[in-house]
Amino acid sequence: MGDVVCYLPAKAGWDRSAQGVLGAGRRLADSLGAKLRAVVLGPTDEALVQGAAAVSDSVAVADHPLLAEYHPETFLAALVAICKPLAPRAVLLGNDTYGQELAARLAHRLGGSAAGDAVGIAVAGDKLHVTRGVYGGKATAVIALVRSPGVVWLRARAMDPADPAGRAPGEVQKVTVDLAADPRVKVVSRHVEAKEGVKLEEARVIVSGGRGLGGPEPFKQLQELATTMGAQMAASRAACDAGWVPASWQVGQTGKKVAPELYLAIAISGASQHIMGIADSKVITAINRDPDAPIFKHCSFGLVEDYQKVIGPLREKLAKNG
Amino acid sequence: MNIIVCIKQILDPEIPARDFRVDSAKREAERGSANLVTNIFCENALETALQFREAHGGKITVVSVGPEGAEDVLRKALALTANEAVLVINDAPGLADPLFVARTLAAAIRKIGAFDAVLLGREAGDWGAGQTGGLLAEELGLPCISFAESLAPAAPGAVQVKRQTDSGWELLESTMPLVVTITNHEKNVPRIPKTRDVMQSYRKPLTKWTLADVGIDPASTAAYYEVAELSIPRKETQCEFIAGDTLEAKIDAFASRLTEVMRAL
Ligand SMILES: Cc1cc2nc3c(=O)[nH]c(=O)nc-3n(C[C@H](O)[C@H](O)[C@H](O)COP(=O)(O)OP(=O)(O)OC[C@H]3O[C@@H](n4cnc5c(N)ncnc54)[C@H](O)[C@@H]3O)c2cc1C
Repeated sequence: MGDVVCYLPAKAGWDRSAQGVLGAGRRLADSLGAKLRAVVLGPTDEALVQGAAAVSDSVAVADHPLLAEYHPETFLAALVAICKPLAPRAVLLGNDTYGQELAARLAHRLGGSAAGDAVGIAVAGDKLHVTRGVYGGKATAVIALVRSPGVVWLRARAMDPADPAGRAPGEVQKVTVDLAADPRVKVVSRHVEAKEGVKLEEARVIVSGGRGLGGPEPFKQLQELATTMGAQMAASRAACDAGWVPASWQVGQTGKKVAPELYLAIAISGASQHIMGIADSKVITAINRDPDAPIFKHCSFGLVEDYQKVIGPLREKLAKNG
Repeated sequence: MNIIVCIKQILDPEIPARDFRVDSAKREAERGSANLVTNIFCENALETALQFREAHGGKITVVSVGPEGAEDVLRKALALTANEAVLVINDAPGLADPLFVARTLAAAIRKIGAFDAVLLGREAGDWGAGQTGGLLAEELGLPCISFAESLAPAAPGAVQVKRQTDSGWELLESTMPLVVTITNHEKNVPRIPKTRDVMQSYRKPLTKWTLADVGIDPASTAAYYEVAELSIPRKETQCEFIAGDTLEAKIDAFASRLTEVMRAL
C-alpha cells in the first residue's frame, strides 16, 4: 500500500526512458518513505529486468502471450490487474505514445487522477504535485492530483536515472495475470518507418526543417547536411502537415520531445509549441532569414540568412572541418 | 454511420509568447485581446469525420461543453456541414477538469442516443491535458484508440483506424461504438467553410442543455485535479548572431561554431 509503481514496457528495453521513469520513481518513493515497484509487461528482457532491479525494491515481470505485442485494451487490463492489489500511491509511465494512451484510462480504473508530460513530480501534503507546460509551453502549471493513485506520464528522457550504488537489488518475481483476448479491438498491422541510426528521442545531434523550406525537395538537401553532421532529421508540425516528411518526424508539444546536445532549426519560426519539444536540448541554433523569429530567443548562436544560400556551402565546410 | 465529434473552444494558441499573460492569483490565462477559436485537434477530428461521411455516408453531431459563447465553435462546425450541434452550458471559469468534462460529455452523448463512433482531438491547445478521450471511453465503457489520423470501413459493425506511433503507424480494427482521439496529419488539415454553408449554419439545429438537463451536478462531482500554481517561465537565452563581411565569412564562422559543439561530444 502507498508504494510507487513504475511501468516499463519490455519491448522498449533498458532505454533512457525506462531509466528516467525509474529515477523519478526512486526519488518519489524515497520522499514518501515508500517502496519502488517496477512492473514489466511483455517478454522478459534481461537488461531491463536487471537494470530495474538494481534501483527498485521489487520487479514484477508479467509475460503472457497476449502481452508479446502492445494492444491498448489488454495492456490496460494487465496494468489494472497488477496495480489494483498493490493500492499504490503513484504509477509512473514514460511519455511514449503507448504510455500516454494508457495513463488516463488506468487512472480512471484505479479511481485515481492522471496528469502528463510532467517535467517534475513532488509530494505536497497529501497530494502529488505535477509540474508541466501548458498553453503550448507559454506557461508552467503545477497540478495537484486530488485522487489516489496519481498516474503520471513523464518526460522521462530528461529525468536523471537513479544511482544503484550501495543498494541491494530488488527481488524479481514472475507474476501471472489472467488475461483474455479483447473481443473488440484487434491490431491488424504495424509499420515502422525506415530510418537509419538511433531514435530521434535519443539522437545527440538533430537537423530540423520547417515550413520556410517551401517544399519536400529542400529536405533532401537537409538530409545531406544531416549525414555530414551525423545527425538525425526532424521537422516542425507545419512541414509534417504539408506532407513533406512523415508525421513521426514531428517535434514539439504534440510531437517527439527531444534532448540532443545540438539542435539545428532551419526555416522554423520557433512557435512555443515547437519549443516545448526541444527545450531540453543542450545547444539550440538556427538558420532563419528573419532576425525577429522567436526561435532566436532560444538559441546560443544563430545565422540570419536565406537557407538556400547556406546549406550547400555549410555542408562542404563542415565536411572539411571533419 | 453516426459520428459524434467533441469540440472545445480555447484561447487562440497562436498568440505570441510576448503577448501572453496569466493571472497567477486566479491561476488562469488572461484573455487580453486574443480570440477564442476551435481547438486545432478538434478541427482535425471534424475533418476526419467529414471525409468519412463523404466517402461512406452518415451523420455528424458536434458536441461541446463550455460557456454560452462556445456556440461560435459549434456554428463553425455546422458551417463545415456537421448535421447537428449540442452545447452543454458550463459557465464555471478556470480550468475545465478533464474528468468533469468527460462525465458531462458522456451524459450528453447518452442523451443524444444512437452513435457508432465518438471522435475527439488528442488534446487541447490550452491546458493540453490529453485525457478527455481516454476518460470518456471509460465513462462510456468503450474501447479507445488514440492518435488516429483516419478511419475506414471494415467488417459490418466494425471500423478500421490508422493511428500514429513513435516509430511509424499501425492499423487497428474495432467494433463499434468506440472512442477515437485524432491527431494532425497531412490528410486531415481542416478545410475552410464555404460562404453559402456559413449562411446556412444559422438555420441548422443547435440544441442547448444545462448541466442539470444531462443530469450532472457539479457540486457532487469530486475534483480530479486542481491547478496549484500557474506562472510564465522566464528563460531567455542571449543569442549571438553570427557576423561577417561576406556570406562566405558568415557561413565559415557558423560552421566553426557547429564544429566546436560537435567536437565536444
Ligand atoms: C495544440 C497545438 C499543438 C502544436 N504542436 C506542435 C508541435 O508538436 N510541433 C510543432 O512544430 N508545431 C506545433 N504546433 C504548431 C505551431 O504553433 C506552429 O504553427 C508551427 O510550429 C510552425 O511551423 P514552422 O516554424 O515550420 O512554420 P512557420 O511558423 O511558418 O515558420 C517558418 C519560418 O521559416 C522562415 N523562413 C522562410 N523562408 C526562409 C528562407 N528562405 N530561409 C530561412 N528561413 C526562412 C521564416 O522566417 C519563419 O520563421 C502546434 C500548435 C497547436 C495549436
